[in-house]
Amino acid sequence: MDEFILIFRHQDGRAVASPEQMQIWMKQTRDWIGGIAAQNKFTGGDGLPFDDARVVKPNNVVTNGPFGEIKETIGGYIIVKADSVDEAVEFAKGCPVLQGDGNSVEVRKIAKGDGTH
Amino acid sequence: MDEQELLPHLFRTEFRKITAVLCKLFSIDHIEIAEDIASDTFLLAFETWAYKGIPANPTAWLYTVAKNKARNYLNRGHIFTDKVAIQVKQTTPESHEIEIDLSDKNIKDSQLQMLFAICHPSIPAEAQIGLSLRILCGFGIDEIANAFLTNKETINKRLFRAREKLRTEKVQIEFPGEAEINNRLDTVLQTLYLLFSEGYYSESDDAILRKDLCLEAMRLNYMLIENEQTNRPAAAALLSLMCFHSSRLEARQDENGEMVLYQDQDETLWNRELIEKGIYYLNQAAKGSELSRYHLEASIAYWHTIKADTHEKWESILQLYNRLLQIAYSPVAALNRTFALSKANGKQEAIIEAEKLNLSSNHFYFTLLGELYTDIDDQKAIQHLQQALLLAKTLADKQVIQRKIDSLKNA
Amino acid sequence: MKDFLLIFRADHTAQPTGTPEDMQAVTQQWIDWITGIAADNKLTDRGNKLEDTGRVLKSKDIITNGPYTEIKETIGGYTMIKVDSYEDAVEVAKGCPVFTTGGGSVEVREVSIM
Repeated sequence: MDEFILIFRHQDGRAVASPEQMQIWMKQTRDWIGGIAAQNKFTGGDGLPFDDARVVKPNNVVTNGPFGEIKETIGGYIIVKADSVDEAVEFAKGCPVLQGDGNSVEVRKIAKGDGTH
Repeated sequence: MDEQELLPHLFRTEFRKITAVLCKLFSIDHIEIAEDIASDTFLLAFETWAYKGIPANPTAWLYTVAKNKARNYLNRGHIFTDKVAIQVKQTTPESHEIEIDLSDKNIKDSQLQMLFAICHPSIPAEAQIGLSLRILCGFGIDEIANAFLTNKETINKRLFRAREKLRTEKVQIEFPGEAEINNRLDTVLQTLYLLFSEGYYSESDDAILRKDLCLEAMRLNYMLIENEQTNRPAAAALLSLMCFHSSRLEARQDENGEMVLYQDQDETLWNRELIEKGIYYLNQAAKGSELSRYHLEASIAYWHTIKADTHEKWESILQLYNRLLQIAYSPVAALNRTFALSKANGKQEAIIEAEKLNLSSNHFYFTLLGELYTDIDDQKAIQHLQQALLLAKTLADKQVIQRKIDSLKNA
Repeated sequence: MKDFLLIFRADHTAQPTGTPEDMQAVTQQWIDWITGIAADNKLTDRGNKLEDTGRVLKSKDIITNGPYTEIKETIGGYTMIKVDSYEDAVEVAKGCPVFTTGGGSVEVREVSIM
């Protein structure tokens, strides 16, 4: 069993949602994660609020977002256990983030035992 | 209390106190001597009181006899090890008289310290429960064997190995240090929860014994709450959980001894006092930022003390299970979460989620699927329940499943 | 004390292809950096390095082989630290070896429970 990280990317992290939409989105996310945990395939995860985020670049240059060269910002991630990248992709398909236009989920296998981490 | 009941009652309350204090005095190397002396004390009481009548203060009588027996044992040099010698010197520098402290405080401290010693990470969980029942709860070997549905010999062997392990690991009878206490408390709470569950879900048909196991687990947990060092939020949360569960002990069995399912229980039989206590300890547990699995399980149990089927109730239970599964997965929690999902989000969604669970060796899994398909596809519901019937092990479970099948067929 | 996630990005098209000794030296820099954070009692989770391959879901049906191919900078790994403020987290991030191996950046994000 390997571990995969599912990284949620939002097209526009600063788009303001109504409290009702937020509520629905929260519930969907919790139910989605609960479903993965109910299969004993959940390892961990966190939300990443956009406020105050920083990027540190070479030569001690510090900026306040945007975070990559791309518009998308990371809104959170979870780590799942799966036998293959395809199984991890199946989990990712249920991610409520995908309901938003332009959003995406990046699925990456975690490298184990390389000594650096 | 009449004479017939007095001795068993005293045995229940005093055996464990004497044993704990003597264990502490003799050190972990001589636990069984402490047990033997406590047993001999009660044997002598039984023989003496039968002829001479019950003394004015039976407890004091027992303590005096136990002290004398312990002193004799030490003086005969059987276990006059360095440790005991040093302790005795420290307590009685002048007289060489061995002081055996059966004060209320020392009893409580000794019991708690023994609890930590027994619930040591190096001892298998089963053996921890056995030793706890013997030394901290004063259960006889027969009763322990009954509770575990096994024979005396097996229990004796298990306890023997556990005592050996305590010796070889050189476990000390003391409070763990401040830095260690949370880790060690984890193991203690796990054992207490297992002990409680052993009573609550036991397959033993001795209802009184099962209830005793629950009460003993609660008593030991309460000892943790009473002590400043061990009164941590997780301990309060576990006690709260036990209070909520045990509030239904009376309601979950009918007059024929058959199991009554939650939805069929007469809620007027639920013990309000225990529910109130559960709420009190849950509030206590909420102090501080710690959120243990017991906090989540106690909160789920709280919602179950409200019988009415509201959306708020099931949505809350679903979210609590969502979080519980993230920190403490168990098949039971996964199944209960799916049931809550059906109540909060509908059966269709729950069926899809249930089929991902991969728990097909578990009869509760098929019972759940039977429940979910009921009214959607009764034929499928019956098929799943029949599968559950094949996998169920206990008579009580089989009866419950059979009744469901019958009601579906007659519908 | 709050948890902050440090996300390491680098240009995956321009990874150094040095000798095994060079690679070992880079590995050692990472070990030293993370060990230093741990020694300051600021490490929550060593985190992980991510494999170069991956998938990107634009929706349930649009799945591409990733990682993020339209851009040069991809996520190479992450570490979780505990400090009092964004300023402190940025200070820790400044020591990251990602800067010594050609460009790269560290995104610093406070975490919240989902």
